Formats: sequence, C-alpha cells, structure tokens
Amino acid sequence: MDVTSPAFKDNAHEALADPALQRALRNLKAGFPGKRAAAIARLPEFEALRDAGRDLKNETLANLDFYLEMFEQNVREHGGQVHWARDADEARKIILGICRDAGAKTVTKGKSMISEEIALNEYLDEHGIQAIETDLGEYIIQLRNEHPSHIIAPAIHVNLDQVADAFYAEHQKYGKTKRLETPPELLKEAREILRAKFLAADVGITGANFCIAETGSTVIVTNEGNGDLTQILPRVHIALASLEKVVPTLEDAMVLQRLLARSATGQECSVYTTFSTGAKRPADPDGPEAYHVVLLDNGRSTMIGTEFQDMLRCIRCSACMNHCPVYGAIGGHAYGWVYPGPMGSVLTPQLVGVDQAGHLPNASTFCGRCESVCPVRIPLPKMMRHWREREFERHLQPSAYRYGLRAWAYVASRPWLYRRVADIATRLLRILGGRKGRLSRLPLASGWTEWRDLPAPEGRTFQQLWAMQRGKRA
Amino acid sequence: MTATHDSPRVGLFVTCLVDVFRPSVGFASVRLLEAAGCRVEVPASQTCCGQPAFNSGDRGDSRAFARGVIEAFDGYDYVVGPSGSCIGMLHHYPELFDDDSDWRKRASALAGRAFELTSFLVDVMGVGSVQACFNGSVTYHDGCSGLRELGVKQQPRALLETVQGLSLVEMDESEVCCGFGGTFCVKYPEISNRMVSDKSAHATATGADTLLAGDMGCLLNMAGKLAREGSDTRVRHVAEVLADMADTPAIGEPKG
Repeated sequence: MDVTSPAFKDNAHEALADPALQRALRNLKAGFPGKRAAAIARLPEFEALRDAGRDLKNETLANLDFYLEMFEQNVREHGGQVHWARDADEARKIILGICRDAGAKTVTKGKSMISEEIALNEYLDEHGIQAIETDLGEYIIQLRNEHPSHIIAPAIHVNLDQVADAFYAEHQKYGKTKRLETPPELLKEAREILRAKFLAADVGITGANFCIAETGSTVIVTNEGNGDLTQILPRVHIALASLEKVVPTLEDAMVLQRLLARSATGQECSVYTTFSTGAKRPADPDGPEAYHVVLLDNGRSTMIGTEFQDMLRCIRCSACMNHCPVYGAIGGHAYGWVYPGPMGSVLTPQLVGVDQAGHLPNASTFCGRCESVCPVRIPLPKMMRHWREREFERHLQPSAYRYGLRAWAYVASRPWLYRRVADIATRLLRILGGRKGRLSRLPLASGWTEWRDLPAPEGRTFQQLWAMQRGKRA
Repeated sequence: MTATHDSPRVGLFVTCLVDVFRPSVGFASVRLLEAAGCRVEVPASQTCCGQPAFNSGDRGDSRAFARGVIEAFDGYDYVVGPSGSCIGMLHHYPELFDDDSDWRKRASALAGRAFELTSFLVDVMGVGSVQACFNGSVTYHDGCSGLRELGVKQQPRALLETVQGLSLVEMDESEVCCGFGGTFCVKYPEISNRMVSDKSAHATATGADTLLAGDMGCLLNMAGKLAREGSDTRVRHVAEVLADMADTPAIGEPKG
C-alpha cells in the first residue's frame, strides 16, 4: 500500500472539508468513548486488570524468543506449521506458496491488519488468486477499492448511501439488480453473497489477536462469526500474526481479552472468541486439513531494547484513536498508511521510516487522552516525543522551526535577555492589539490568526509590574 | 491568614504566557497563595520551563532550560504556577537527566515540590474556600496536562463552588483538548481550528457567560476563537475569579 503520510497536511485538509466524513467522525466520537466508559464502570477491577495486562506483556517481551519457540513447538505438536517472515515480502511469498500448494483459486479472509500491512490482497490478485474479505466493514471497503480507516471499524468513514451504491455497482454480476436502501436488506444481501464465497474458498486467512505459547493456539475475537467460517470451512487455514501477539498462557490471553473488548467497543466480551489449535483431528466434525501460522517481524524485533519497546504491548483495541481529538478531526486515511491514530503515529515511523512518517508523531497536542485509556498503559505521547527526538537529531524538521527553537533557547537561558525580549514583545503586541485588545492578523503567525484572533497583552510584563510593586512594598 | 516565618516559602513560577499576556493572573496567584498563609517570592532569574524544546525533541536545550529552572527555584519549599502545562513540564525534568545522577536528584526534588496553583491550594494548603464574589455563570475547561499529568480536576471546582454568586455549568467534553498543544496550533492550524471550534461550541452551548481554565495556552486559544466567532462569552483564568480580581477586562477584551 502506498504511503501518503508525507502529504499528511493535504490529507487532513481534504478530510476536514469532507462533510460525510465529518458526520461519520461525529458518530464515532459520540459512540465509542461512552460505551467504553460504561463498560469500565461495570468492572471495578479494571485498573488492576490494566496493570496485569501491562505486566504480562512486559514479561513476554523480555523473553520473547523463549515464548515464540514454545509457541512454534506446540503448534507443531498439534499438526500445524509455523512460518517465520522477516518482512512483508517474505510473508507474502510464504502465503502465496501455501495457497499454490493447495491449488487455491479463491481465499476468504477474516479481518487482519497485518494483511493490510503486507498488502496481501493486491499481491494475491497479481498472482491470480482472488481474496475475499468477509468482515462486513472490510467487505464494503474492498468493494470500494479502499483501505481501512480504523483498525476495528474499517469502514467507519463510509455512510449508508455509499454502501448502497457499492453493493448496487458490484453485486449486479450476481444478479442483484435492485438498489437496496436499508441496513437489514444490505446485510442480508452481503450474507447471501459471502455464504457462497465461504463454501467455495480453498484457503481461509485470518489474523490472530493472541498466539498462546503453552497451547500453540491462535485466538481471534470477532462480532460477526465470519472469522469462524473463514477458518473452519476451507481446506487450509492460515493465521497471520506479528511476533508480539504471543502470550505465555491461556490465562494471560484471557486477561488481555477482558481488556480488549471493553476498551474497543465497550462490550464485556466480543460475540465470538475462537481458538484454533492445529488442523482437524480424526474425531473432529469439521475444521481445516492443514493449519499454518505465519509470524511476521517486519522491524518489530528491532524495537526491543529501544525506547519504543513498550509499543509492542499494543493489543490493537483502538481506544487510543477513539479518544484522540486529532483522529476525531481527520479520520484514519489522512495518516497515510495502515495504522492511524496515536498507535499508528508511533508504529508507522518504525515500519515505513520516520523520514516518510515524520508528520504523524508531530500531529499531536500531547493531550494524553490516548495514554489515559490504553488498556496496557503504553505511554503513547512519550513515544511520539521520542520520534520527535529522532527527527531533531537527524535535522528532519523545517529549518525555520529549528532556528526558532534555538533562538528561544538562547534567549531563555539568559534571564536579562529574556526580560528584555518579553518586555518588547509585550509592548509590541499591546500596540498592535490597539483598542480592540486583540490582533486579527500577525505576520509570521498566520497559522494562528488565519483561524482565531490573538488576545493582546494587558500592558506590561508581570516581572516588570512585580518589580515596581515590590519596590513599593519594601 | 497571615504569613509568618514558619509559613511555607513559595516560589511563584510565573510562566511566559502569564508574564507577557496576562500579568493579572500572576497577581491573582500571589493573592491566593498569601491568603493561604504562604510567603510568596518571584525569583527574577526564572524564564521558560522549556516545554517547546522538550516537545520538539530537542533534549539538549531542554536540559539547559531545566537546569535554569532548578537553580532559580533552589531553596523554596514549593514551586507553584498558574498552569498545569508548565508545572507538568517541571515533572518531566527527571527523565532529562538519565545519565546525570546529581542533576537527576535535583530535578526529582524540584518535581516533588512543584504544584499547579489550585491543586496546591486545596491538596497541600488545605484551602476549603475563597473570599470572592462573581455574579454570573461559568463553565470550566480542563487543561490536558493539569488533568492527566497532575490530577487537577476537582480542586478548581471545589474552590469555585465557594465563590459567592457564581454558578458552574459543566460543558460537554470538558476533558477533551482545545487544540492548542503548544507549537501544534501553528504547525497544524487547520486541525487545531477544528478542535477549538468544537470547544467553543461546547462552551457556548452551556449558556455560561464566562469560560474558565487554568492554563494561558488554552485560554488564549479559546478566547481567540470565541472572539473570531463574534461570541460574547468572556474568557478568564480561574485564578482571577478565585482571587476576586475578575473586574478587569477579560482575555482579549478591549480596555474599559
């Protein structure tokens, strides 16, 4: 997938001017945070659970090689296979190889952000294999030839009319020639079409919310049941996950699962929580004949031992973006790659390079709302600041901005100079403010005054007035 | 209450924005601290907390700012400022000196005695009420750093409740950022504008005649937006109201 993060400002400009998107974002802001808050209010031990989630992820990351090997061994014991992919290209080739070995023409897919990260659908398509998304939101955006704008609600930016248009345009080939209007009708039609795809697919590809080391199981949580049909009906199941999804035990997975749904949608628990352990055994009534797990690194292992290690705790709940006022203003596509919002602003510079994704960690007010809701207590603002440090060290910020900062540091490290500059600035702004008491235009500050006035200073600096008053007091 | 030699000696951290834009907030802070029984001094060598450098990834200059503040406030029992954001920055100082144990110790000591004004009054000095009158309705915006880094939420409200004639009407999303964010508002002005527009809409929807907050950054941003929109909602720092000094023109209002 193309990285448009360097055009972040233009992307944001377009997003702000898109009334349909703005309506969708208002719904998101009115929905997710309230639902999360209500779910947490019903669980008194939620804060303790966050600590437990953080601690168990930290412990796992400190011994990641150990748990990954244990996971691989237990997958193998249950008749499955683990494939290690250093980068996106390796992962794509591994998956294509499995599909070809299975003689696959079509694959069904459960929701997987890793699949977006490695641009799997496009790759399979280029190699003659049709991938069909079965999560309703993913299906909608696949029809629209788009990418997710949110990690758990991929089509949050699409409205009902647009869904109706997409179905009308793309379903005619199945003999569906009526333009549908209501959500139940659209849902019914999607189910009907997807049902045939589930039955026809040769390979099913899902993501994994957790990989459990002690059992060799992968776990997916879904609300639609599409993941189950994706992994049970085809002959081959491929679970695609990144390295840090491994957890030591079943109990650990359940700690995170209790955090996940509440943080994400405000549910106590997703509708389906499905465990896959190996392929179909002789006594099983159903299941795939072959079970593969593709574990993707793609730069994650290089985060270990750095100031970005804590980011690997992320369980992809989306609470950070649901509560982010910047995401709420511009939506997910503006961020320009797979992962939007605060978690994306930390992860994207790692995965595509800070030279390309430099805007993302800067486009934050550091309001801290993301960190305050993160179920595994990732210090997201601090990590975005670390990216800014890397950019500063590499001189990636605009030079005028750097000079401005240095000039301020020069002034402020000399109290006598600071007082002179403050005095001059105060008087100047006071004069420019005139009778109105505020400035509606100010050279070099058009970013401010294009959108709002600048209140003028009261008159003198506090330090001056204090010195005068202290003189009187003494 | 009168200050004695046993009274805590408080260094007022004025903050750049109060120094330049709103000295009355500094004087209001002094009045409140003295009324609480503190001896208040204003170290003349103080300048900026260094947050712009810190949040721009410039750790070298951030350390220089931090050393300046630590030295300026050496020896005070407490450092108190009318800003959650700048005081929050003082609490970040220890992480700047990972490889310098002496300065780290001094930075931690400073952070341990640095407080935002309203939380200092309520949590440290045990102030339960203020002597102030304000005839009108107000709504209160929770500045992000104060709220989420320092736990400032109930303290300003508890004090506002004791102001005679004042009624507090809570706005929707009072805890959501106003879009100021230091350099964010000039680096990403369009996004910032969306955020401050939402804030002004929530504030005006309460019908309150005055919007209060505890940080000049947020206040300049919100006052500037409300003025541009032609709103007649006035904007003030909470300290002005608590110190009974809200008879001056509000932020961005013409004189007399």
